[in-house]
Amino acid sequence: MKSHVLTGEHFINGDEACAEGAIAAGCKFFGGYPITPATEVAEQISIRLPQVGGTFIQMEDEIAAMTSILGAAWTGVKSMTATSGPGFSLMMETVGLAVVTETPCVVVNVQRAGPSTGLPTQGAQADMMQARWGSHGDYEIIALAPSSPQEMFDLTITAFNLSETYRTPVFIMSDEIVGHMSEKVIIPEARKIKTVSRPRPTGRKDRFLPYKPGPNGVAPMPAIGDGYNVHVTGLTHDEKGYPVMSVETQKEMMARLLGKIRNNLDDIILTEEHRLEDADIVVVSYGVSARTAYTAVEEARQMGIKMGLLRLITVWPFPEEKIRSLAKRVKGFITVEINMGQICREVQRFAGLTPTYLAGHPGGAIIPPEDVLKIAKEALA
Amino acid sequence: MTKEIQKQEVIVTGFGGQGIVLAGKILGMAAALGDHKESTLVQSYGPESRGGACCAQVIISNRIIQYPYVKTADALICMSQSAYEKYKDQLKPEGYLITDRDLVTPDGCREFFDIPATRMAEELGRKMMANIIMLGFVTAITALVSKAAAQEAVQSSVPKGTEEMNLKAFTKGFEYGVSKLKGKEKKATGQIGVTS
Repeated sequence: MKSHVLTGEHFINGDEACAEGAIAAGCKFFGGYPITPATEVAEQISIRLPQVGGTFIQMEDEIAAMTSILGAAWTGVKSMTATSGPGFSLMMETVGLAVVTETPCVVVNVQRAGPSTGLPTQGAQADMMQARWGSHGDYEIIALAPSSPQEMFDLTITAFNLSETYRTPVFIMSDEIVGHMSEKVIIPEARKIKTVSRPRPTGRKDRFLPYKPGPNGVAPMPAIGDGYNVHVTGLTHDEKGYPVMSVETQKEMMARLLGKIRNNLDDIILTEEHRLEDADIVVVSYGVSARTAYTAVEEARQMGIKMGLLRLITVWPFPEEKIRSLAKRVKGFITVEINMGQICREVQRFAGLTPTYLAGHPGGAIIPPEDVLKIAKEALA
Repeated sequence: MTKEIQKQEVIVTGFGGQGIVLAGKILGMAAALGDHKESTLVQSYGPESRGGACCAQVIISNRIIQYPYVKTADALICMSQSAYEKYKDQLKPEGYLITDRDLVTPDGCREFFDIPATRMAEELGRKMMANIIMLGFVTAITALVSKAAAQEAVQSSVPKGTEEMNLKAFTKGFEYGVSKLKGKEKKATGQIGVTS
């Protein structure tokens, strides 16, 4: 059979690379609504999905787009949507439904400056806390932040794998700059790409408990039509999936929802370290801002400032242990992000008495490395 | 020994609709895929699909590129007067200023290379190909990308069925550039007495 993966070297933008990553991961459904700067994801995947036997639907809005990918996931396929801030806001109610029904799906947010309509064609990273807490209730979520078109490809595959492994929505928190940036993207041979599919139930169909967790805390997931009883509800439910309005059931369900993420942090959290060994000051960054941070580290080192970089590839769950252990030996943290201090607050929470600083920006442009260097000099003075 | 960093920063700018981003993309693609270097293209544009200010920034390097925006440009390619006014100060003193002759009047402070790209495209019957003519010209004037890499990138970036026409446009621009360089050389060695 001919491979669906476009193996080879390409010069494509982040949005297109994201669509190719989805195809390589085995995505077979995309429901979306076009919005700058995420439109190219939909555009590319609308061409590609029919070629691989998948389905693309342009829905009437982002509420429907998000709902459609849940429905598709329950038919047994891998599904995705892509949007930007205004659409992400509309999707939030259904994100909660995906969490509680443990529906694997991938949601791409190519962030632009807000609030509201904001600057449609200019980048930001100000939806990071919305990604964490945008839907009501307590929950854990997984969010990844790609820094390049290559990572838009690679991390889209990772996002699908994590979402299938843990039966949870996974966010790809990109931004306009990475989404619209073109670079060389190397797509490996299909057989070298690791893909994961959700555990499927086996055994007697009449005794099946759709929310009885397996060894890693995750229950096998049947597709509607497989013959297993399937009851999918946003209400608090027991192992059968039936609504039970009791505190006891709520406790059990919440323990499972939170536990499957919290007990697997080592598998989920991805970070990259650059020149941290002897660093006095650590720059914490993610997405496009990590490229500023990287440049700042190189320039700082030339000036004799011992700066290092901790790049968050996984932003949620937050790598708190990493910050705690660094805090014991460094003189300060600078968080570089295109917002007015979101992830910076998380760094602060785990930095103890070690000072934390923000190299932030209200949105619409990348942060220049000089801003980071200025803060570093002041911090070490 | 680490290799010396050889980095070229380019700004291509004009109005939305002139194919500015495509020109930047072809340049970046030629460098990355044809010449096997690192390259990054970022773009900025307004909410309008045509007529607004548009800018493509390309960095070409023999090393991984982190910060993706141009700080000071080695080449500034302008296809509108307003774009020229906006970006002229970002060009290095020894950098290349390249313009569409009929659309941009430089202030005369520095040497520049110009080509009537839009007029030539109209003569070819496709005004839309001004960007490709400009690319041919840029390829001849500068050492940003090799001719073969640029041609290959043109071929794989333009709509199917228009490859031949676009390559012809590229060649027109390239040849114009080659003769322009010869003219400058002659002028520099005093072989002709006229000022152009």
